[in-house]
Amino acid sequence: MADYQNLFTRVQVEAPHYPGVPHDPQGLWKRGTHASASYWLGKIGDAQIGPFYLGATGLASLVFGLLAFEIIGLNMWASVGWDPVQFVRQLFWLALEPPAPEYGLRLPPLKDGGWYLMAGFFLTMSIMLWWVRTYRLARKHQMGTHVAWAFASAIWLFLVLGFFRPLLMGSWSESVPFGIFAHLDWTAAFSLRYGNLLYNPFHALSIVFLYGSVLLFAMHAGTIMAVSKYGGEREIEQTLDRGTASERAALFWRWTMGFNATMESIHRWAWWFAVLCTLTGGIGILLTGTVVDNWYLWAVKHGVAPAYPATFEVLPDPAIATGAAQ
Amino acid sequence: MNTRLKLLLASIVSLGFLAGCGERPPVETVQVGYRGTGMEQVYNPRLLQQVAAKNQIGNIQPAADTSGPLAKDIYQNVQVLSDLSIGEFTRVMLSMTEWVAPADQKNCTYCHNGENYADESKYQYKVARSMLKMTRDINSNYQAHVKDTGVTCHTCHRGQPVPSYVWFTDPGTGREKASIGANAGQNTPVTALGTTTIAHSSLPFDPYSPFLLGDQPIRVGTTTALPSGNRSSIKQAEWTYSLMVHMSNSLGVNCTYCHNSRAWGEWSESRPQRTVAWHGIRMARQLNNEYLVPLTNTFPDHRLGPTGDVAKINCQTCHQGVYKPYFGQSMAKDYPELQRAKPMTEAAPAAETAEAAEAAADAGAAAPAAAPVAAPAAKSAKVVKPSRSTLAALNVAG
Repeated sequence: MADYQNLFTRVQVEAPHYPGVPHDPQGLWKRGTHASASYWLGKIGDAQIGPFYLGATGLASLVFGLLAFEIIGLNMWASVGWDPVQFVRQLFWLALEPPAPEYGLRLPPLKDGGWYLMAGFFLTMSIMLWWVRTYRLARKHQMGTHVAWAFASAIWLFLVLGFFRPLLMGSWSESVPFGIFAHLDWTAAFSLRYGNLLYNPFHALSIVFLYGSVLLFAMHAGTIMAVSKYGGEREIEQTLDRGTASERAALFWRWTMGFNATMESIHRWAWWFAVLCTLTGGIGILLTGTVVDNWYLWAVKHGVAPAYPATFEVLPDPAIATGAAQ
Repeated sequence: MNTRLKLLLASIVSLGFLAGCGERPPVETVQVGYRGTGMEQVYNPRLLQQVAAKNQIGNIQPAADTSGPLAKDIYQNVQVLSDLSIGEFTRVMLSMTEWVAPADQKNCTYCHNGENYADESKYQYKVARSMLKMTRDINSNYQAHVKDTGVTCHTCHRGQPVPSYVWFTDPGTGREKASIGANAGQNTPVTALGTTTIAHSSLPFDPYSPFLLGDQPIRVGTTTALPSGNRSSIKQAEWTYSLMVHMSNSLGVNCTYCHNSRAWGEWSESRPQRTVAWHGIRMARQLNNEYLVPLTNTFPDHRLGPTGDVAKINCQTCHQGVYKPYFGQSMAKDYPELQRAKPMTEAAPAAETAEAAEAAADAGAAAPAAAPVAAPAAKSAKVVKPSRSTLAALNVAG
């Protein structure tokens, strides 16, 4: 039991490398045959590295991704006058900004957002191609396409933020800057502009699924590790042929909360929670500014936001009181 | 290493990390709104002590005899303080020496020509004259912001010729016209001026130019639940956010000092402090435009910013990290000389009165759009206007 009360994998199986199921790659790309083992990667995952299969979509995805990465990075570096030291020191602050609002959906000059649109386009291409890759590889291995569809849910949110919503708003300036602190400031500004995103019910759902995912992840991983000494990590087998590991885990949760998942259903719960997090989040963002402009007032209108007793003197809007501009 | 030792080590490392964040506990929380709304102020008593030590009021000269002859009848070229007795006048001059002149020149000649005190050749003399007018203007016409607490020279200067907290227009990185690497006025921890940005954030680092010099719209939110034609962008919201964080920093308060964070824009959810702050923004803007910008050519080059602009004020210039300058202690109440100007006793010549009335009318016409001081304050300003504009009419420099 003590073996599993550890941060890292304790068991590294040394065996001949597994080459994978036979598959017939279309086109020029052949799967590599070389594989090696890494002791240190084996500490957190499977020690076997390779064989690799990049494929046309994988390669194209990497090329587009690199282009986007370079455009963003070089713009950041240029913004500190190509000083390598300042580039490293200020990295978290630096960003590539979307075009100014006055450009609308037109193409701005490179320095005023042209680079941003280009980087955004390449990044989108890269992500879409990587999605195609996950889908096709799953098919080639005669697997389900669950991973691809979960990834698609995340891509939905990405596209809403950077493409669908700006398109509906009629301005590329609505999209998110590429930068560490810059995108966080953007997030705060988004909520400030649209009257508190916390009153957006889809944002609320998204948070439920986000935190729910984390909770499920912890519960599931904890359960399986706790019963692994009874073979609990053989989850698929336990689904069909429930052994003492499953029985103990199920009993534990029934006693804890009166109900339990099964070895199969827990994975469906987790998948849906993860997928719904970005799916609902994307809907919430898409509705903001297009359908609802002030979520707080929307919540007041629909009886969601409560009224609190006044604890201080409430004064009128001074701009109205004095007849002055805002 | 056994587990306990590891845990102990981990705790020490994390405590060290927390201590490095600069705000080690304990902190005190003061509730300022209805329970559960999160409207509270967080203070760190240890840091508060440091701020308190830095915000002591300046020396107050003993009260002066108001009955003596007027300073303007004794001295030449007394234009702003012409309603003061010779005793009051001298008191103000002594105080200014203490409050404003640099530490190594605490004497009259920082501003005056020692040979001829009426000589206007020193730039300090001209600036001081304008600043005296500004101080009286603030104490007379900006009660919507300064209430009865008022200001003196010391509120900003604190014993220094240039207040610690003034702002210049940032010259930018020089990459604004380059084909790559324009930063859109944000996304840097240090500005080209070498000052740290607003709260070390990636937000626009110069919210002063658009809001405290220009009058760009600050409000970005919509007052209806559904879209009703408000085209304010998220980028615009970032500029407003930057101004608000500047105010929060300058006053040493959280956002909830003024706002209910669930609905930033709602006046019905905001504390009365927000109204005072609203007037403060207008005050800073007007003072920058009416007093500081006109002094641009008066200052020598070494007092100007890198783009040749004059030093300007923002919230921090007076507040210096405190919700009310000097935690609300009033220096101005001991300085009636710096309060509203007394009405002139002798009748001004007719022609000048007419001119003054015209000037007052002009100022009045411009006021509603550009001068959003509260209505009562504006009215009291009108009451004292004749004497003030008579002063203005008499005063070439102003």
